[in-house]
Amino acid sequence: MTTKATRAETCVLACAEAWRGAGEILASPMGTIPAIGARLAKLTFSPELLLTDGEALLIGDVPAVGAEAEVVEGWLPYRRHLALVATGRRHVMMGASQLDRHGNQNISCIGDWARPTRQLLGVRGAPVNTLNNPTSYWVPRHSRRVFVERVDMVCGVGYDRAAAAGPSATRYHRLAHVVTDLGVLDFETPDRTMRLRSLHPGVTVEQVVEATGFELAVPDEVPYTRAPTDEELRLIREVIDPRGMREHEVPPA
Amino acid sequence: MRDKTMTPEQVVGRLRSGMTIGIGGWGSRRKPMALVRVLLRSDVTDLTVVSYGGPDVGLLAAAGKVRKLVAAFATLDSIPLEPHFTAARQRGAFELVELDEAMVMWGLTAAVHRLPFMPIRAGLGSDVMRVNSQLRTVTSPYDDGEELAAVPALRLDAALVHLNRADVHGNGQYLGPDPYFDDLFCEAADAAYVSCERIVDTADLLKEAGPQTLLVRRAFVDGVVEAPNGAHFTSCAPDHDRDEAFQRAYARAARDPEAWRAFADRFLSGDEDAYQAAVAAFHKEEA
Repeated sequence: MTTKATRAETCVLACAEAWRGAGEILASPMGTIPAIGARLAKLTFSPELLLTDGEALLIGDVPAVGAEAEVVEGWLPYRRHLALVATGRRHVMMGASQLDRHGNQNISCIGDWARPTRQLLGVRGAPVNTLNNPTSYWVPRHSRRVFVERVDMVCGVGYDRAAAAGPSATRYHRLAHVVTDLGVLDFETPDRTMRLRSLHPGVTVEQVVEATGFELAVPDEVPYTRAPTDEELRLIREVIDPRGMREHEVPPA
Repeated sequence: MRDKTMTPEQVVGRLRSGMTIGIGGWGSRRKPMALVRVLLRSDVTDLTVVSYGGPDVGLLAAAGKVRKLVAAFATLDSIPLEPHFTAARQRGAFELVELDEAMVMWGLTAAVHRLPFMPIRAGLGSDVMRVNSQLRTVTSPYDDGEELAAVPALRLDAALVHLNRADVHGNGQYLGPDPYFDDLFCEAADAAYVSCERIVDTADLLKEAGPQTLLVRRAFVDGVVEAPNGAHFTSCAPDHDRDEAFQRAYARAARDPEAWRAFADRFLSGDEDAYQAAVAAFHKEEA
């Protein structure tokens, strides 16, 4: 394989990295590229990960996205899934309609909660997720509409809000990565605010800063997101996503 | 033993305006839609609805039946946003008690266990605590001294669920991969009504699957309705999948008031037989 990775494939790799070294826990990806990433992690550097079929079954094989599993290794209906969240043995990668510098996430509604201008999904499981198991975020279009100074409704809890709520809130709270179509962000700063961790090849710091609606911590040297190896690219293209669904979620740059 | 079979109309005849009603299933999955459809045509209104919301919530909200909704979301699954739910929220059509998914489970669990609340970590630090200003916290009496959210019991006047099989006494069976929370809804309610794809003899309940699929116990059930395809257009595995083509038509119509009036006229103005016949005609047209 000699062609270089597309932007979508770089995103897949960046998502997969969120589950590196995670051990025997459930990877819960939300979105196509995170789902491909979780499968890539399982097929390479995190073989112990548990995966679901997106419904109530834990799957024992790694089928292509959109294909049915042939091996079932366990049962995880919603009630057991919610209980598993509380055990902490899960790393979820959620979407975000809004995200602020502290990692507060909103998927509920836009505008005043009492009378929203745009009702979205509702809080879903974001509050329970963020207080109990490691959480990452996936944002397929990095923009000022998503990366805002202040979210309209805190669903997923950020570092500042967890700290203000006290030790029960911070005890198991950990936000790991924020993967976007432009790069990877994290919270590895002294005050736990969002930092630019890596840029996808072809993206500049200025582009990310321009697309972010708050002041982002930017180190002096920002590395590029790791390029997938030939074997990783082969797995993505031939095994996990032969239909190229990733390119629909993040079109070529 | 009591034969609890009823018609959908008899079930709805037991409901009163102002009641708190729990609806089983999850999103656009195994919703008691046949019962909801009769409820839509009744004069029962001013309801508090507790649901892992799907088109049940959307339809009831569109019909102006909901005073208060207790939910973590409403979705059509393969279509992320429930259009009637979003529209109703945006016009301020009902009061929302917005809870996390796990908080809803714990609220139902507290009601089943006849406890006033259940402690949970979820909610702390989030705006769930802000928008539900009545939510309290509770401090652990043990050495850890943790301060946790206290989810109040979600006690229900009535529960509506749809299962794959049931006997006439109210023993209900699910045959799909997920029980959702239907047993909790039934046990948290003063009266529970189970619709099912097929009523079978009690002696035949284990013919299709093992005893762990007997989800709902008759002691908690007041009425049983045989409603084949009664979850339509939501999924009811393994009896039928979600009717995606019909759901798309529903969602399209729901986004436009005029289109919705036509849709409701065509599908929701008659009884269940008329509904199923209209759905069959819809598919003939689509084919």
